[in-house]
Amino acid sequence: MAGAATQVSVESAPRIMRLVAECSRSRARAGELRLPHGTVATPVFMPVGTQATMKGITTEQLDALGCRICLGNTYHLGLRPGPELIQKANGLHGFMNWPHNLLTDSGGFQMVSLVSLSEVTEEGVRFRSPYDGNETLLSPEKSVQIQNALGSDIIMQLDDVVSSTVTGPRVEEAMYRSIRWLDRCIAAHQRPDKQNLFAIIQGGLDADLRATCLEEMTKRDVPGFAIGGLSGGESKAQFWRMVALSTSRLPKDKPRYLMGVGYATDLVVCVALGCDMFDCVFPTRTARFGSALVPTGNLQLRKKVFEKDFGPIDPECTCPTCQNHSRAFLHALLHSDNTAALHHLTVHNIAYQLQLMSAVRTSIVEKRFPDFVRDFMGTMYGDPTLCPTWATDALASVGITLG
Amino acid sequence: MKLSLTKVVNGCRLGKIKNLGKTRDHTMDIPGCLLYTKTGSAPHLTHHTLRNIHGVPAMVQLTLSSLAEHHEVLTEYKEGVGKFIGMPESLLYCSLHDPVSPCPAGYVTNKSASVWGVSGRVEMTVSKFMAIQQALQPDWFQCLSDGEVSCKEATSIKRARKSVDRSLLFLDSCLRLQEESEVLQKSVIIGVIEGGDVMEERLRSARETAKRPVGGFLLDGFQGNPTTLETRLRLLSSVTAELPEDKPRLISGISRPDEVLECIERGVDLFESFFPYQVTERGCALTFSFDYQPNPEETLLQQNGTQEEIKCVDDMKKIETTGCNQEITSFEINLKEKKYQEDFNPLVRGCSCYCCKNHTRAYIHHLLVTNELLAGVLLMMHNFEHYFGFFHSIREALKSDKLAQLKELIHRQAS
Repeated sequence: MAGAATQVSVESAPRIMRLVAECSRSRARAGELRLPHGTVATPVFMPVGTQATMKGITTEQLDALGCRICLGNTYHLGLRPGPELIQKANGLHGFMNWPHNLLTDSGGFQMVSLVSLSEVTEEGVRFRSPYDGNETLLSPEKSVQIQNALGSDIIMQLDDVVSSTVTGPRVEEAMYRSIRWLDRCIAAHQRPDKQNLFAIIQGGLDADLRATCLEEMTKRDVPGFAIGGLSGGESKAQFWRMVALSTSRLPKDKPRYLMGVGYATDLVVCVALGCDMFDCVFPTRTARFGSALVPTGNLQLRKKVFEKDFGPIDPECTCPTCQNHSRAFLHALLHSDNTAALHHLTVHNIAYQLQLMSAVRTSIVEKRFPDFVRDFMGTMYGDPTLCPTWATDALASVGITLG
Repeated sequence: MKLSLTKVVNGCRLGKIKNLGKTRDHTMDIPGCLLYTKTGSAPHLTHHTLRNIHGVPAMVQLTLSSLAEHHEVLTEYKEGVGKFIGMPESLLYCSLHDPVSPCPAGYVTNKSASVWGVSGRVEMTVSKFMAIQQALQPDWFQCLSDGEVSCKEATSIKRARKSVDRSLLFLDSCLRLQEESEVLQKSVIIGVIEGGDVMEERLRSARETAKRPVGGFLLDGFQGNPTTLETRLRLLSSVTAELPEDKPRLISGISRPDEVLECIERGVDLFESFFPYQVTERGCALTFSFDYQPNPEETLLQQNGTQEEIKCVDDMKKIETTGCNQEITSFEINLKEKKYQEDFNPLVRGCSCYCCKNHTRAYIHHLLVTNELLAGVLLMMHNFEHYFGFFHSIREALKSDKLAQLKELIHRQAS
């Protein structure tokens, strides 16, 4: 399997991804995902709305920003309000009144984030609920069952997730178990015609384990693949190598979803490495701490330096926050107890991420992605050569040189 | 600006205030209410979500307590608070205090009064107060006044007298300073009627304030709990009788639907809309009916609903929410209650607000249980729209001489 990337996957499952353009230098691709609730242009950033809400913004606001796919979380929704209620409400789409696409995570990540409340066995993950102390077993079957009730357009397999800082036999165990759990998820999936089940490549930071996982999982007929187990505490140098390894072994005609990414630089680099889909809580979370994302990094608007700054967050941004409000006003509002301040920033940060992805896509379609990357790094770091080493190395590995 | 009355029915004034604002082309209906804000923004709402609401009043209430600490910034900004907060087209009224947060007593002197913001107390002499108003450039502003007499339970005659004397002194000083300020020529000073619960002082305040060239009157110190209002309502009639007919009468601290009607009957024109905000903060939604001409089928459905809800509210729970230690009223339902978990109806059937058109009680319940920010956003949108709809119905009822029916309907629901 070493060397040439797999061109076409096994089986004849319908392809949900249509490639529109490919960068002739790097592995960047522009495409279209055809999903039950509409088309999604890729590369795409998917904001995270964990508990059936995109924090303080309405679905109308989210739609107006151009978002066509966002995330919900099986673990949280499985506990509150529970799959039965959501099914009665016409699925997660009906419950939260979101007309576009939804992707639900399986609950696997919570194994890492809530590690003190969880225990993993071959059967599944046993969680102790932080709300009422009750124990729940989240098995591959149960996870798929909940996600079937939620009705999301893309559902994720339950994977055995270990923190990227863990080494030793646990990593190998988790990788093989994830393959077994993938098969159990495929078998349990009741609605393959309405919901697309993605596999999640594991293997930690071990190239051999990753390669094995890739080889095995790509034999399964799934509509898409996620690259999991990264975006934790690992070094960026290890991170990008695992991403690059994964994209080199994943089929070209299926979407590649890099989970938990993130920061603007990471998004641009990982698009170059061949990823199509991304999710991260960072932009929406950082908004609620008063931080606005801009092409040069971020503005901590609570700081005194913005007290009399009467310009918008970003003069180039077309979001309603930047159209209607100044940094000075947002600064004042952030120091009050009016939650509107947080919503203004949430709107802007989502707009920032979506506008970034849109610009990336256009540059790929217009065959100038490498130049875009250089401009982006120049703006973000002052000079393309001041870009972090890991990013420079990663880009070089796919033929993009900076400066 | 010009106030024209269409009619006066049982003490209720129906009319319009025209030629409002700096461009003199805005109009306001009375009786009416002002949009409640915190630090220049409707609570929980951005430009987009505020725009979703139907019937938003033409005039916005800003509070000096939330803005005084930004004096320096606004002075440097130069273009006025309306533009600063992103509401350049709205009429702006600046009150001293936030009706929701009580102010500590003991801080008014012969030379100054204080407001409380996030960073603490801001003390203002008349000149500082007017300097701040110069930076804000509101269309109307409440004059610096001594309203502390309402913070205490019992009013001594001496203290009541002092509140009137001081407020008149402040008023005269502010009027003088306004004459000298070019910027403030376009702003209107609202004279404040004080005097606590002492009839003699209230009448003196009304008569004396009415002699000054103010643009309108603020009836201060009538707020309190429902029992104190009853006694104060008697005072209120006497006070408004002393005021000129062609100037608007605002009242502070009164926002509940039943109390609003009582005050309208006693000659009050404009109210603050903080009640829907308080309802929102306790996770509740306004559901009271103001449809005084329903069709028989609707009446039956409403009655069944109302009876059920009154039963639940019988043991009035005290909900501790941010700054609102208020009890749940019978004008609202508590979405945190388990019975709404699977209720897929809108908050109010027939309501055309964004929340009712797009979401269910079950969803709001979920948002409240999971502590999600969107709960406040959606409830605020519904509660404001419902409340503004209520004021619209008051004006319609007055127009068609049906206020008695509306009053009866509201009182039936006030339990």
